[in-house]
Parts: sequence; structure tokens; C-alpha cells
Amino acid sequence: MPRVVFTPNIQRHVSCPPCEVSGETVREVFDGVFATNERARGYVLDDRGALRKHMSVFVDGQAIKDRSALSDRVGPDAEVYVMQALSGG
Amino acid sequence: MSDRIYVSTRKGLFTVEPTKGGGCNGWEITQACFEGDNVTLVLPDHRDGRLYAALDHGHFGVKFHRSKDDGRTWEEGAVPVYPELKEGEEPDINPMSGEPIPSSLKLIWALETSGDQNAGHLWCGTLPGGLFKSDDGGTSWSLVRSLWDDPSRKKWFGGGMDFAGIHTICVDPRDSRRVILGVSCGGVWVTDDGGQTWACRADGMWASYMPPETKDDPNIQDPHRIAQCQANPDVLWAQHHNGVFRTTDGCKSWQEITTVKPSTFGFGVAVHPADPDTAWFVPAINDEKRVPVDGQVVVARTRDGGATFDVLRKGLPQQYAYDLTFRHALDIDTTGDRLGFGSTTGSLWISEDQGDSWETVSTNLPPIYCTRFVKQ
Repeated sequence: MPRVVFTPNIQRHVSCPPCEVSGETVREVFDGVFATNERARGYVLDDRGALRKHMSVFVDGQAIKDRSALSDRVGPDAEVYVMQALSGG
Repeated sequence: MSDRIYVSTRKGLFTVEPTKGGGCNGWEITQACFEGDNVTLVLPDHRDGRLYAALDHGHFGVKFHRSKDDGRTWEEGAVPVYPELKEGEEPDINPMSGEPIPSSLKLIWALETSGDQNAGHLWCGTLPGGLFKSDDGGTSWSLVRSLWDDPSRKKWFGGGMDFAGIHTICVDPRDSRRVILGVSCGGVWVTDDGGQTWACRADGMWASYMPPETKDDPNIQDPHRIAQCQANPDVLWAQHHNGVFRTTDGCKSWQEITTVKPSTFGFGVAVHPADPDTAWFVPAINDEKRVPVDGQVVVARTRDGGATFDVLRKGLPQQYAYDLTFRHALDIDTTGDRLGFGSTTGSLWISEDQGDSWETVSTNLPPIYCTRFVKQ
């Protein structure tokens, strides 16, 4: 099952422990994470459901391409990292 | 007199109160909240004692928090949410940049109580130009569609920001259904029916940043901040991008005040709650430089409706000082005797004599965005 790990920088605002959730796309994986941690959704995604401008998501070390629909594929043993981009200062 | 002022900054929210036990300074910082976080606005609600704060986590977005115990503990509330575009609907286009205007919250830029006695009733102005209301202290918000859907809004554009934004909300103390908004750049908008209908009321303002044929268009004016006299609410003062304007007829017309010294440029404005002819500004060199004139931090005060101005500098730095005061960073308390203003370089000053003299509370705060006295 894919494993999702969040940047330490988010933890002081909202607890986001590493977790394993099912899903074949980034969107599905995030829906699984936020189903039990709704407050974290607004910290990672904007009000249109897209990845926030200064957030980055890596699937097995590769930055995702689709930051809007989050359609990048996620394999059954993938590691998904949700990071704070340096572009945000 | 107000015995507390809240100061929101780039790196936290601070409580400032009179010094206990005497000492050479009259005021001191007594509490720091949201350490390290960008707190863009603060609103103490005198109706129930709650405290509201708007944050802008650059990475994690805009957030709204509230406290029932003067900031000791906080609870996260909801943020205003813009409506999704309907099927086939195209986004509005920023008339200046040609880029789509997002239907998405970028910044909470104005927070005010509703003016009635219903605690929890709040108004919220935002970038990219939406006005929101809450009836439950920010647990939920609703977009004021009558303004958002006004065709004139499509002409608005960003002044200092990527998109147009509502930075001022003045609720008429005589009738809370009458609300006046300041929009950069979108002029002055007025409702007399609680937000059901709106009219643009900026006749008399003019824009130096527009070509001659459009400089007088009320809908693209850039009032940086507007202040309403509580005792005479038909009098409002506006610090505009290229000058100072005043209305004495409830926004039907605005007159330019050209006598402000040493400069007519700035962001903040305050008006005496009981005297409509007394107002304060924090001037800076326009427009490209935006630093104090001659490196001297001063406050300009008029007591005669703008006919003349005093330049107040006692207690303020007068040499190589580059403090700029943003639009929400000047406030006055309900007596009209105490003022406070903060700067981009983290300096905070308070006056207890209408600006004749100033006490330096700190020169080491983070950049200051907003100061608010607690209403007594």
C-alpha cells in the first residue's frame, strides 16, 4: 500500500503522521489521507483542490507533473513525500 | 481609554499593554502568539471579548483563528471559500495583466465586526476581491454575491498585489446595514441594505497611474485605506495612492486634500472618533521609494478638516529611519487620545496625547502589518 510522509514543517500547524493508504493516483491517495485528517487538507491543497503553489509532492523521488488534478500514478509500494517548496521562502 | 493594543506581524501576534508597576516606559509587550507565523490581521471583538486572527502561511495558505481567552489558546476556524466556476464558465480576466482572476482565496485583507450586537457576526474582505459574511464567528462564511457578481468588479485590478482586494470595511454606527468598502484598485463601494445592493462612490478621486481619459473613473481608484468618523459617519478620510481625499456627504463626493505635509503619499489613516476634522496620516515619499521623507519618521495631523497640518515628530526617529507604515498598521482608540502605529522595520510607537509625543514600545518586532486597540 502506498506510504505518505509529510514535511516536518507542517507538523506544528497540523499533525500529519506517516500513513499508508490505498490509491492509484495522488488524488486517491490524498483523499484517503484527508478522510481521517480533514484539517490537513487545507494545508496541502487550495480551495480548488489543487496542490498549493509552494508545496511539492514526490512519488518515489519524482516530482509530480499534474499539480491540479493530481492524476500522477502511484504504485502499490510507492513512497509519497509531501514537502514544502523552497520557492515559498 | 483602551488598555490593550494587538499588533500582528510577519512573525507573530503580540499583545501590548500598559506597563505594570511603573517604569520609564508606559507600554510593554506582554504576550506573543503564533511565533514565526505571518499574522496579517487581528480583530478584537468587543461584543463578546473574542479575538480573531488572519494568518497567511505562504506554503500552507490563508488561515483564520479565534480565541476566547485573549490569545492564550486558539482554535482554527474556517476560511472564506470562493465558488467553483460553473460548467463552461470562464474565469474573469485581470484587465491589467490579462491573466485569469482565480476563484480562490489569496488573502484575508479586512476583518470587521458587523456593527450590530450579534457577537459572531463578521465581515471579511479578501483578495481577489470577494466580500464575505459570517454569522458564527468564522465557523462558516458566505460570499456576498451581489458584489462579486457586479459587472463593474471585472474592471478591478491589483494595487500592490497581484489582484484587487478589499482592505477596508466601515460599518456605519447609526445603521449597521450601511457598509462602506475600500478596494485597491476598485474604488469605494457602499451598501445601505446590508449588502443586498451596492454602488460605487468614488467621484472626486483621481488616479495618477491611469491615462488622462480614465483617471477619474471611480471604479479603478486606489484608496489605500479609509477611516470613518464614528460621531459623524458621513465624514470619511481616505489615504489614496496619489493623495488624500475626504468626503463630508457620505461618499457622494470626495474632495482632494493637498495640504498634507511633508508628503501626501502613505498607507494608513486614522480619524478622531468624535471630531471629523481631526485626522492622522503617516507620510512617505511617493511612489517608487516609499520611505520616510528625509529619513525622518513623522505623523501628519490636521485639526481643521485638512486646511492645515501639523508635522509631529517628538519621540520618532529623525535620522536614517526607513520605516514604512502599512495600511492597517495605524490605529486610534475610542477616546481619540491614544494612537499606535507600527512599521515595516518592526518599530511600534504609541501616543497618549493625540500624537504630540510618541513612546517607542519596540524597535525589534517583525514587520508590522496591523495594530488594533481593544474597544472599551
